[in-house]
Amino acid sequence: MAYSDKVIDHAENPRNVGTLDKEDPNVGTGLVGAPACGDVMRLQIRVSDEGIIEDAKFKTFGCGSAIASSSLATEWLKGKTVAEAEAIKNVQIVEELNLPPVKIHCSVLAEDAIKSAIDDYRKKQEARRAVTTTTPAVSS
Amino acid sequence: MAIQLPIFMDYHSTTPVDPRVLEEMLPFFTGTFGNAASRSHVFGWKAEEAVEHGRERVARLIGAQSPKEIVFTSGATESDNLAIKGVAEFYRDKGDHIVTTVIEHKAVLDTCKRLEKQGFRVTYLGVDKDGLVDPDDVKRAITDKTILVSVMLANNEVGTIQPLEAIGVITRERGVLLHTDAVQGVGKTAFDVEKMHVDLASLTAHKMYGPKGVGALYVRRSKPRVRLVAQMDGGGHERGMRSGTLNVTGIVGFGKAAEIMKDEANEECARILGLRERLRAKILATLDEVHLNGSLEHRLPGNLNLSFAFVEGEGLMMAIKDVAVSSGSACTSSSLEPSYVLRAMGLGDELAHSSIRFGLGRFNTEEEVDFVADLMIRKVNKLRDLSPLYEMHKEGIDLQSVQWAAH
Repeated sequence: MAYSDKVIDHAENPRNVGTLDKEDPNVGTGLVGAPACGDVMRLQIRVSDEGIIEDAKFKTFGCGSAIASSSLATEWLKGKTVAEAEAIKNVQIVEELNLPPVKIHCSVLAEDAIKSAIDDYRKKQEARRAVTTTTPAVSS
Repeated sequence: MAIQLPIFMDYHSTTPVDPRVLEEMLPFFTGTFGNAASRSHVFGWKAEEAVEHGRERVARLIGAQSPKEIVFTSGATESDNLAIKGVAEFYRDKGDHIVTTVIEHKAVLDTCKRLEKQGFRVTYLGVDKDGLVDPDDVKRAITDKTILVSVMLANNEVGTIQPLEAIGVITRERGVLLHTDAVQGVGKTAFDVEKMHVDLASLTAHKMYGPKGVGALYVRRSKPRVRLVAQMDGGGHERGMRSGTLNVTGIVGFGKAAEIMKDEANEECARILGLRERLRAKILATLDEVHLNGSLEHRLPGNLNLSFAFVEGEGLMMAIKDVAVSSGSACTSSSLEPSYVLRAMGLGDELAHSSIRFGLGRFNTEEEVDFVADLMIRKVNKLRDLSPLYEMHKEGIDLQSVQWAAH
């Protein structure tokens, strides 16, 4: 199976590899996949108070297409609003990277990772709002 | 000497034709091009003579008593099919049970599955964690309805050499035929059909520096005389067991390749074992969490199958794209299932996904081994920096205890 130039480029020079502080309330972490299935993606976003994704990082255990899909996803996420990020679909990744049918699951996993990171971020924000709204009630 | 890229380290998949083999083949493409079955003119006679010379050389390599015991085929897949289906069909009245192992090549496994659909019963023996079949399991599996036992000489993925001699004693004693797919082992480990009581053996030229498209089935002619039903109808070539015009050039090449193997195997195996051990030592000295798959003791000299934990095999192969190796990772197959051989040895799927098979052979050099070892170390480290699993492992998280969202 031949890889597309874009997959090779991302796999050889992955963008935004790294780790954000998962305890930071502005950071959302998505961990999807399973070692036994041969791919695990961890995708993280840091969202500004204005709701803009200002940073995105990933680490992926998987084939070149899985690494490329998550690397591309982090590139796309930066600068987007959470709502815009949520609208990213796996077919866009398939098209951009020219993934063959057998590798479509890599793009699905990347979409899942984005959604999972956003979910995590929202949960943290809700928890924080709950804390800030209840705090005055307690003190009064 | 500068390293030539890409480097071929996948000698289990195939081998290049040795220049000495090619040289002997060339005249048979143009000048001496006759049909070995033509009895009426010199073109045919010369072709037949060349075929018989090839037959003798192949017979000698495996210790056959007579060249007549060699039936030329298109390759080992055909030989496996002919041996198993041919015997099953011929001896059906005697019994309907076949014993084989779960780590056989698909040419054996799928042939057995087809026979099961036709009413035969097949016992698939497991292997231990080292990838070895227990002869006692063979003994226990044989019933009075068993007609054939098929166990490979050496495994194509993990290079384990099976205790064929011990199995041969059992099958001979019980009056059951023994077939072996000897493709990976011939010339790389001791193999003698007499000493091992083998009754049928599948061989192929392209795994021993001969051309692709030619193989052989050894069919014992005495004590016992093995009979089988031809699987192809036609001109009755090869004593009626395999019709079809003989691949004269291929057989000439196969014969020469067999002769070289016989003459040089000892020296070659020692050299290749040295290279393999050099590669293994270098990698293991530098990288942590690398697992050897399969027995180290009972192993082909050129085989090294390692799992690089926390790194996925296909991703790793892509990272070392100047080196041709293979992987038990699911991602390299269309089935998306990891290697059934590694699974049979009890290896977890995650380590199967992380496996790389190095196959060293005749034309590899020490410089290549050093280059590959250094490249592997660099790329595994790079991919581990990229791996969430390695990070979790380093943080002391037990990956087995994590609830993964399997997909």
